[in-house]
Amino acid sequence: MASHDSSYVPGSAVEKWLDERLPVIRWSKTHLLDFPTPKNLNYWWTFGGILAVMLVVQIITGIILAMHYTPNVAMAFDSVEHIRRDVNGGRIIQAVHAVGASMFFFAVYVHIFRGLFFGSYKAPREILWILGVLIFVLMMATAFMGYVLPWGQMSFWAATVITNIFAAIPVVGTPVLELLRGGFAVDNATLNRFFSLHYLLPFVIAAVVVLHIWALHVPGNNNPTGVDVKSSRDTLPFHPYFTMKDLFAILVFMIPFAWFVFFAPDLLGHPDNYVMANSQVTPAHIVPEWYFLPFYAILRAIDFNILFIDSKLGGVIFFAGSILVLFFVPWLDTSKVRSGTFRPMFKWFYALFVVNFVLLAYLGASPADANVLGLSVADFSKVCTAYYFLYFFVVLPVLGRIETPKPLPASISESVLGQPAAAE
Amino acid sequence: MATETKAHEGAPDTGRRDFLYVAAGAVGAVGVAGAAWPLINQMNPDASVLALASIEFDLASIEEGQSVTIKWRGLPVFVRHRTGAEIDEAKAVPLTDLKDPESDEQRTKPGHEQWLIMIANCTHLGCVPVGESGDFDGWFCPCHGSHYDSAGRIRKGPAPKNLVLPPYTFISDTKVQIG
Amino acid sequence: MIMKTTKTLFGALALGLAMMMSPVSAAESGHSVPEITKQSWTFGGVFGTFDRMQLQRGFQVFKEVCASCHSANLLAFRNLAEPGGPEFTEGQVKALAAEYQIADAGVEGGARAGVAADRWPAPFANEQEARAANGGAMPPDFSVIAKARTTTQPFPWWILNYVTAYSEGGPDYMHALLLGYEETPPEGVEIPDGKYYNHYFPGHAIGMPPPLSDGAVDYGDAENGSTVPETADQYARDVSAFLMWVAEPHLVARKEAGFGVMLFLFLFAGVMYLVKRRLWANAH
Repeated sequence: MASHDSSYVPGSAVEKWLDERLPVIRWSKTHLLDFPTPKNLNYWWTFGGILAVMLVVQIITGIILAMHYTPNVAMAFDSVEHIRRDVNGGRIIQAVHAVGASMFFFAVYVHIFRGLFFGSYKAPREILWILGVLIFVLMMATAFMGYVLPWGQMSFWAATVITNIFAAIPVVGTPVLELLRGGFAVDNATLNRFFSLHYLLPFVIAAVVVLHIWALHVPGNNNPTGVDVKSSRDTLPFHPYFTMKDLFAILVFMIPFAWFVFFAPDLLGHPDNYVMANSQVTPAHIVPEWYFLPFYAILRAIDFNILFIDSKLGGVIFFAGSILVLFFVPWLDTSKVRSGTFRPMFKWFYALFVVNFVLLAYLGASPADANVLGLSVADFSKVCTAYYFLYFFVVLPVLGRIETPKPLPASISESVLGQPAAAE
Repeated sequence: MATETKAHEGAPDTGRRDFLYVAAGAVGAVGVAGAAWPLINQMNPDASVLALASIEFDLASIEEGQSVTIKWRGLPVFVRHRTGAEIDEAKAVPLTDLKDPESDEQRTKPGHEQWLIMIANCTHLGCVPVGESGDFDGWFCPCHGSHYDSAGRIRKGPAPKNLVLPPYTFISDTKVQIG
Repeated sequence: MIMKTTKTLFGALALGLAMMMSPVSAAESGHSVPEITKQSWTFGGVFGTFDRMQLQRGFQVFKEVCASCHSANLLAFRNLAEPGGPEFTEGQVKALAAEYQIADAGVEGGARAGVAADRWPAPFANEQEARAANGGAMPPDFSVIAKARTTTQPFPWWILNYVTAYSEGGPDYMHALLLGYEETPPEGVEIPDGKYYNHYFPGHAIGMPPPLSDGAVDYGDAENGSTVPETADQYARDVSAFLMWVAEPHLVARKEAGFGVMLFLFLFAGVMYLVKRRLWANAH
């Protein structure tokens, strides 16, 4: 594709021969090295590269763990301990995979929130955004199934609670539940299929990532001003400018990653997962991994019936809705201006949305009958859930109509040259 | 910073630039190698496997003319209490008759020549030979027809080498440590 | 301008944190758990390593007291000689293993003397037997117990754990639990027959009788000549440290590797920062 505008000139007869048959070098040069990238991208944009690295880290460590893991209810727990205790370097490889899941989600949240602020979902990047949300959903499914594999108490009860979500579906709920579990309760059949799917899904994610990057390379990157690229003066080749910048950011990102892996590998996990799964006893206080907490809070917030919809189904609808709504953001936001920088009102609603999201996470971790800021967790969660949806269904559509944006720079170059100090 | 930039724009300071890039590449290469090794090394035998790499075995219960097969590092190992006739027969064979010349003394430990301890995988393609059979009063491999004598030496058939001896030592007259 | 957006994003995050920092905690609800004081452990923090002599003493307490009811199915005799642990000699471990009969269906009589590669034999053949011998309570397995228990801190304080890499909640809890028995339960607390009041046990009614008392384990003379007090507190400390090692046998090696990796990352990141700056110097 796009070989006509390539600057590639085959250097040798072999390269020429290859180029006429399979122009991989030409393609790589166009899309990986020379790709024109807005020169004003800030460090929030390095998280795309960080995420690509995290996916590779998870796949490599995952393949290794699968070499030593046994997906059987009697042996799974001990086999994970066998990895930690006996396999050469196993303690660290296992910790990289477990902590890596957390770091992966941290990066993906930064990436999503960056997109939400700078309007990266707006035309012509709707498909790019939708593919991104699809990756996020696949990541959640993968992480959830991976969490079940060590077969600790939290694994088992997470599997029980989350598969139970499907039981809320009217009429076919119970058959679907039994289909998913391969039994009446979470058991060996469930563990085996989760292992199989946990191995499969990352490769599906990798395929969608390829589409995601393809969709990125058609319109090119958005940038902090949200202004389209006007001339070649606005861009720099991806390599070496952004490869080296991304590499620097990746290494900085690796520092807290290594901190957890080597010095506190269990701090992001839950002690109850060091107790082998027991279908007869539920731990006193079950919580999902931190990256699911905001959505878990929304699931829990609906403790009342809405007309003919009972509270369980209501919770599931809001839970699913809170993720699905992301697919429609490109059409819910009516503003013509992409970047939040030039939207004086939007900025505040966005900031509140970020705070609200963090609060939802905190509420999701709190026991259901606790108090936060003088409000019961149940009531507080309702308020936060309400704002979460209001942001998408009211704030984004209305703001675009009533807000007067600040004047946009004529071009990226102008914005960079106008404030050279701010660019570094 | 500002002056540095200017100097750079005027006449590229290639010396430092090259050094910096080479240094970065070198550090990166070290990182890749350092990360790659544990990812490969994890496939090596783990601690629980290595713990069984050395075993002790009590010979007292094996009568003359009997053999047992024990497991060592996951491999079958023949332990044979040879009869006097077998020993004499093995000793009588001239080394020139052998495909893989080894004397009976080389096949056993001094003072314990009644004990023959060998890894029980045919040196051809790894099948386990059948005991007290074959043309040489030793072992016969049913897979591809290799004949071993009473010292486990290859005498006939496609196998190139004698049955392999594991490293072992006698801790006492009736106890061996294999591995 | 880019700075400004960055500021906005950080501002939002800071505001979120500030709101959460307000002095209200989940502990205000009915979920009050007795606060457990953090102890000082040689293996605590980023630089901590196990005290070999303490692990040896802890093993003695485990062997003479705990092991009569509690299993440690993932602990192999050989582990006791491995670097970073109690580091008994190979000979000591071999002799120790030989003292135990290991069930082995492949030998005459169904049992043989243990070897270093064997796992620590369980005191009861199965859960039914264990419960029958312990008044219906199941003594938990000790293989990873130190990581399966922890302490909880009220809201803002646990955030500090991410900075200090606090991973000693298990030993802190076990130490408190072992010393948390009270002869007479506080007013209004009913303890059923066959149970004991423990201040730190969830629900307070624990099936385990107070396991440690002063002088119960004879430490003899330590190898290095120093004498260690033979008190319940010391036993609790030693056995908690030992169980942490059982749960995390590669703790020391892991941290050592961590220093190398951290050093490398800082170095490489520093070099890449210079590369990036040099590269971009003439880009704008």
